[in-house]
Amino acid sequence: MSSINYAEKIPNNVNLSEDRKLQRALESWQPHYIDWWKEMGPEGTSTSEIYLRTAISAEPDGWAQFGHVKMEDYRWGIFLAPPEKDRKVNFGAHKGEDAWQEVPGEYRSMLRRLITVQGDTEPASVEQQRLLGKCCPSLYDLRNLFQVNVEEGRHLWAMVYLLHAHFGKDGREEAEEMLARRSGDADKPRILGAFNEKTADWLAFFMFTFITDRDGKYQLCALAESGFDPLSRSCRFMLTEEAHHMFVGESGVGRIIERACQVMKENRTEDVRKFGVIDLPTIQRYLNFHYSVTSDLYGAEVSTNAATSYNMGLKGRYEETKIGDDHQLEHTTYSVLHPVNGGFQAVEVPALNALNERLRLDWAEDVAKGVERWNKIIAKHGIDFKLTLPHLAFNRAIGHFSDIAVDPSGKVISTEEFARRRDEWLPSESDLAYVLSLMGGAVTQPGKFANWIAPPARGINNQPVDFDYVRFA
Amino acid sequence: MELKRQHLIDPVVCIRCNTCEEACPVDAITHDGTNYVVSYDKCTGCRTCVSPCPTGAIDNWLLVDQPWSIDDQFGWEELPLGQTGPGPAEPAPLPPGEVSDLLAAATATTGPSVPPPASAAKPYFNLYSRDTPVTARVAGNMRITGEGTDSDIHHVVLDFSHNAFPFLEGQSIGIVPPGTDAKGRAHNIRLYSIASPREGERSGCNNLALTVKRVAGGVGSNYVCDLKKGDEVRVAGPFGQAFLMPDAPNANIIMICTGTGSAPFRAFTERRRRNAQDASGKLMLFFGARTPEELPYFGPLMKLPKSLIDVNLAFSRVPDRPKQYVQDKIRERSDDLAALLASADTHVFICGLKGMEQGCDEAFADICRLHGLDWADLRPRMREEGRYHVETY
Repeated sequence: MSSINYAEKIPNNVNLSEDRKLQRALESWQPHYIDWWKEMGPEGTSTSEIYLRTAISAEPDGWAQFGHVKMEDYRWGIFLAPPEKDRKVNFGAHKGEDAWQEVPGEYRSMLRRLITVQGDTEPASVEQQRLLGKCCPSLYDLRNLFQVNVEEGRHLWAMVYLLHAHFGKDGREEAEEMLARRSGDADKPRILGAFNEKTADWLAFFMFTFITDRDGKYQLCALAESGFDPLSRSCRFMLTEEAHHMFVGESGVGRIIERACQVMKENRTEDVRKFGVIDLPTIQRYLNFHYSVTSDLYGAEVSTNAATSYNMGLKGRYEETKIGDDHQLEHTTYSVLHPVNGGFQAVEVPALNALNERLRLDWAEDVAKGVERWNKIIAKHGIDFKLTLPHLAFNRAIGHFSDIAVDPSGKVISTEEFARRRDEWLPSESDLAYVLSLMGGAVTQPGKFANWIAPPARGINNQPVDFDYVRFA
Repeated sequence: MELKRQHLIDPVVCIRCNTCEEACPVDAITHDGTNYVVSYDKCTGCRTCVSPCPTGAIDNWLLVDQPWSIDDQFGWEELPLGQTGPGPAEPAPLPPGEVSDLLAAATATTGPSVPPPASAAKPYFNLYSRDTPVTARVAGNMRITGEGTDSDIHHVVLDFSHNAFPFLEGQSIGIVPPGTDAKGRAHNIRLYSIASPREGERSGCNNLALTVKRVAGGVGSNYVCDLKKGDEVRVAGPFGQAFLMPDAPNANIIMICTGTGSAPFRAFTERRRRNAQDASGKLMLFFGARTPEELPYFGPLMKLPKSLIDVNLAFSRVPDRPKQYVQDKIRERSDDLAALLASADTHVFICGLKGMEQGCDEAFADICRLHGLDWADLRPRMREEGRYHVETY
């Protein structure tokens, strides 16, 4: 049982106290992290008590305890999933060797980059969401927002631990840099594009947690396959937390849809804005935006970088060990869609070079299933409207579709036409302004919800929906 | 009637994140393109999957006659609530003689034919008997009265794991202490009131709590108070078809108890707290003990919001304080009680030591006189309408 001692300065299940040098390094990074949290974490929350889920062990059966915690007393720590006995490298050139407990020297810079990019996304999303508490639609939602925030903070800790423990001075410098970059900052932006976008309203937050945190899930799944065992174990534990973020997103958007459908039926109209709720076409445009921007996070469809990190055994495929092939892919091809002469064509490329696209498609399939569940809500109300995912080439800024203009159905169009019709497909200034106008003052009475969202089907941890999930000092 | 408890996933709430399948130590959880499902034959009910589930979808346990297969579950769009097992309308066998004797003795004040409250849920009863008991496992046992006091009261949690044990607030269970008496005969059955609400001591767990006081030389109470975590206990029941909580949110419930007579009222209160905090009906509790240290659940009781329950404690042995009994507290609240008694939504429940009902009866009669009501007419009417219940031992 790798239980966690919360009496320590940095709660952990990695025997930190046995490595004094590492402990000191992390303890000197800790105050910088706290300063960053105070400056960039959720606004105005330091004294509130939040009904949070806290990890007390990395074993599933002792996984978590719930209780009201003061935001300023929250203890971030370092938790790795329990080690798997005799674990091997399961893919790439080193397939069959024992998994590495230390970084292989020749892969040092590649691995450091992978960990840094993953780590950088964590504080970025906290920064993007820091003002949402001021217009929360309920205490239940406020609590979920904070839970997501503290866990993103913990995921930063997970990556920083790896940098400190395995990358010496370079790692410590990377860890400092994580706290120096700022989402959306002109001089020191976050590394990945999607993490510099604004998350100004709760629909954007829910879409982000449903779609972009799901990219997080797939990236973590790929890293959880890593032959570098500490990274694998870190990511495996992070995944249990990531699932909650996607739940917040899926159920959040679902409840906004539910509310829209209720008002449409009550008033026999599609024009629900005059009743202060968000209409389905606006939800569709948000979906198009978040889906296309997140698609870019997977990188270029055909990539030698992806091939290299797979070959090295550093980053695998989604559910690598469940796939029935040779796990080296040197002689297989994979079909990837390319833009060709105003249309698209599937081109066979070496499977190793297509790993980004393969992971993106795994993710896309998962997103599509969630969208289908949203459509069930609409169908239940007997309303003839279906949310759809746009074509994968729509609104792309990275990869080989970034040079062409495509409408959501996948028809290649001129850039002029795209510019002219952009607001049909992506949230317009007036869409954003309308949704923002609904984000009034925070709704903080237990059991009360903003007009534009339906209450959830059930509370957190079997508590009633009107439970005081957040207590204000 | 063989009811089974089946672990199922709510497809409406589930986000298909795979966390449960990953967590299950016995590979009982699997999925297809639409749903995550639990194999009844493989699931051991260990709940390892419950804590990491981000949605709560995993925490559903239904009583079934025939377990649903995984193919059934793959086709679901929602849980098949309400069609999970035989309805409680099936005629239940009469309780064994010794249990009916005990129940008759406990409810002697109100007599044998008192009906349950009109809005009470339909109870299951006598699912298990002395001869065909169900085995429960002790999940916890703690003393809940101050160390150093004479009254040693325990809060004992029993877990029924895979076996269905559906009960309602106000019902009791039977425990037969193992071994034989001085004459070599099996011990008599003991009845204990359930102190948990119907969804379990912990919401969604197939468990319940008892509040048991150790009686010097008492075979049953010493057996129960000495149980260790993990011990197996053979349980009969559930028993009781009248002393049940009214479900209507506008029901006012006046609860009067001493000592471990508080057990059913803890269940009533907890049920309201978890499910109907905004109910318009009032909860009013009169609870007697010698000192605060000897009053079971004193701490948790003090933490309940005033909006949920109106608590009146009577202590008979606090140094330098006049002796107070529950009937004194009842008289102190004369005006409020009269207003409640005048309402057809009000129920009175009395539970505790034999003889306490007499003092309560006199106090109610006095209050009625003061406020132009006639207790001699009201009491039998409340009894006939299932609104006046007494259980004493």
